[in-house]
Amino acid sequence: MTDLTIDLGFIKLKNPVIAASGTFGYGLEFAPFFDLSKLGGFVVKGLYFSPRPGNPPPRLVETPSGLINAIGLPGVGVRRFADEILPQLRKIKTAIIVNVCGENEEEYASVVEFLDKEEGISAYELNISCPNVEKDGLCPALDSEATFSVVSLVKKTSSRPVITKLSPNVTDIVEIALSAQEAGADALSLVNTLLAIAVDVEERKPVLGNIFGGLSGPAIKPISLRMVYQVVRRVKIPVIGMGGISSGRDALEYLITGAKAVEIGTANFIDPEASIKIIEELKDYCEENGFERIEDVIGTIKR
Amino acid sequence: MIKDPQARIIGKENWKDYYLLSIESPRIATQAHPGQFVMVRITSHSYPLLRRPFSIHFKDERNIEIFFKITGSGTGILSQKKSGDTLDILGPLGKGFHAGETLRGKDVVAVGGGRGIAPLYFLAHELRSHGAAVKIFYGGKSHEDLPLKAKFEENGFELFCSTDDGSLGFKGLISDYLQTELQTFNPARIFACGPEPMMEKIAEISQSGDIPTEFSLESVMGCGFGACWGCVKRIRKNNHEGWVKICEEGPVFSGEDIIWTEVEK
Ligand SMILES: Cc1cc2nc3c(=O)[nH]c(=O)nc-3n(C[C@H](O)[C@H](O)[C@H](O)COP(=O)(O)OP(=O)(O)OC[C@H]3O[C@@H](n4cnc5c(N)ncnc54)[C@H](O)[C@@H]3O)c2cc1C
Ligand SMILES: Cc1cc2nc3c(=O)[nH]c(=O)nc-3n(C[C@H](O)[C@H](O)[C@H](O)COP(=O)(O)O)c2cc1C
Ligand code: FES
Repeated sequence: MTDLTIDLGFIKLKNPVIAASGTFGYGLEFAPFFDLSKLGGFVVKGLYFSPRPGNPPPRLVETPSGLINAIGLPGVGVRRFADEILPQLRKIKTAIIVNVCGENEEEYASVVEFLDKEEGISAYELNISCPNVEKDGLCPALDSEATFSVVSLVKKTSSRPVITKLSPNVTDIVEIALSAQEAGADALSLVNTLLAIAVDVEERKPVLGNIFGGLSGPAIKPISLRMVYQVVRRVKIPVIGMGGISSGRDALEYLITGAKAVEIGTANFIDPEASIKIIEELKDYCEENGFERIEDVIGTIKR
Repeated sequence: MIKDPQARIIGKENWKDYYLLSIESPRIATQAHPGQFVMVRITSHSYPLLRRPFSIHFKDERNIEIFFKITGSGTGILSQKKSGDTLDILGPLGKGFHAGETLRGKDVVAVGGGRGIAPLYFLAHELRSHGAAVKIFYGGKSHEDLPLKAKFEENGFELFCSTDDGSLGFKGLISDYLQTELQTFNPARIFACGPEPMMEKIAEISQSGDIPTEFSLESVMGCGFGACWGCVKRIRKNNHEGWVKICEEGPVFSGEDIIWTEVEK
């Protein structure tokens, strides 16, 4: 029997596989496909304080082995989430993580303050890639001071662990990672999507309604993996790796590199059971390679 | 909603760019209603990455059919599949047409433009089984875009064809043909699927004639089951206008709820 449990310090996961925010709905969309309690955890769709409509379509465009999305973080807001969705999630025996968004620092804090009164949430994942409406759409994740500031504020407000989710659209990801750690983040998750566009050559205009979108899927894996490699060497807090994972072997690349857990994103759309298959493949790998515990695989990359 | 990773192709037909695949998937077949769709995985590799949506063209107890036109890489690869190959499909998805008993003894119209005819064959059978008198309006650019003409006729459906180039039937748009014919009868309901400009024209016609109309809408879809928020259209719901996921609440919507001209940025 392989032991797949992972201890992040602040929570124990059944296994290292977490479904990523924005690709797993509010979780319930996947209940027809498998027992959600088999997951290490899942992160719900990004939540702002108030309900939001999201961007005008087209919101998606496929590129070779990738997907550019400009969904624009539509959502039900914290009240409806707490009243209608959370009660259903509480019954699921796995780590429920809420992806927290804000148009400014105060909104991040108010989302956390509101949700702190509600039971059944294991941790927050701060999506610091949300455009800040007051600062010309600049998101905190692009700047180490802004990152420090929002993470410190949320840490002060929150009674729960705070995972900070980093953006890859920076020159030096290690610098941002270190600021988040210094501000008290309990863990880091990386990465969010890569800023991208696609052009319609017949119409000679951008394909997406929002012009810009975020690239995800297998196409980004070499880049996100490189960032995880750089960050795990420099921080003390646990790192959750993601970007283009669609198989157990993809997940293993991140774990071997030093990520303590992984998040599965775009793959959920293509195979709603992807996360479950990945868990099985991790178990098989451990058995075939003589690892009794998945923790023994983590960070074993050779130079 | 069922995931059938091993649905076997048991039949294939082809007319130029149009293909029909019969797929054995008893669990999906038994649950399918007209207007619902399936998400088909094109390859087990990563290109093309996403599943592609296709209306359920027809079904019996064990099998479903999809009818599609090659419009890009995904449909191109799908057209190469052979009898005996298996497909990974998800379905039935979405909410379909309202084709129930209330239409018994009434005249109804189903309008399809190009590949938009796909869901209307299943719908036409369902309507007939409920005792409605179905008139099919089938339009395309040229006669090559009306490959299902013979099949509808052989099945005894009353058919009205149009082509832009006049190579078959009425010369002009199917919406114009419908408008002309509506001077002679008054259908209890219109069902439509096709390119958006066609559907918009039909929305105008049915609105001015006060005929309840249902449209099957299209969008690029990330997942097909409500998880990505990628497939939205502007829809009126309980007097409130907003972006609605068409995979979940559609793809079929009542004409009065659809806001056709999306805000230009
Ligand atoms: C609910 C629903 C039911 C459908 N039923 C049928 C059907 O029965 N028969 C049929 O032939 N087609 C149907 N379509 C359209 C079909 O899904 C697209 O033609 C197909 O996804 C294109 O894939 P591709 O890889 O060949 O093209 P791509 O290379 O992906 O794209 C080619 C072009 O098609 C557009 N496109 C891509 N995906 C879609 C999409 N999902 N909807 C509309 N346009 C798209 C792209 O923007 C591009 O302009 C349906 C679409 C929806 C949403
Ligand atoms: C359609 C879509 C919506 C997303 N929404 C969110 C979101 O709300 N919050 C967030 O932090 N990340 C969001 N992401 C980013 C993913 O969680 C993940 O970081 C990214 O897609 C990379 O992983 P992948 O390549 O496995 O998809 C979204 C991604 C996609 C494709
Ligand atoms: S296609 Fe994903 S929500 Fe509709």
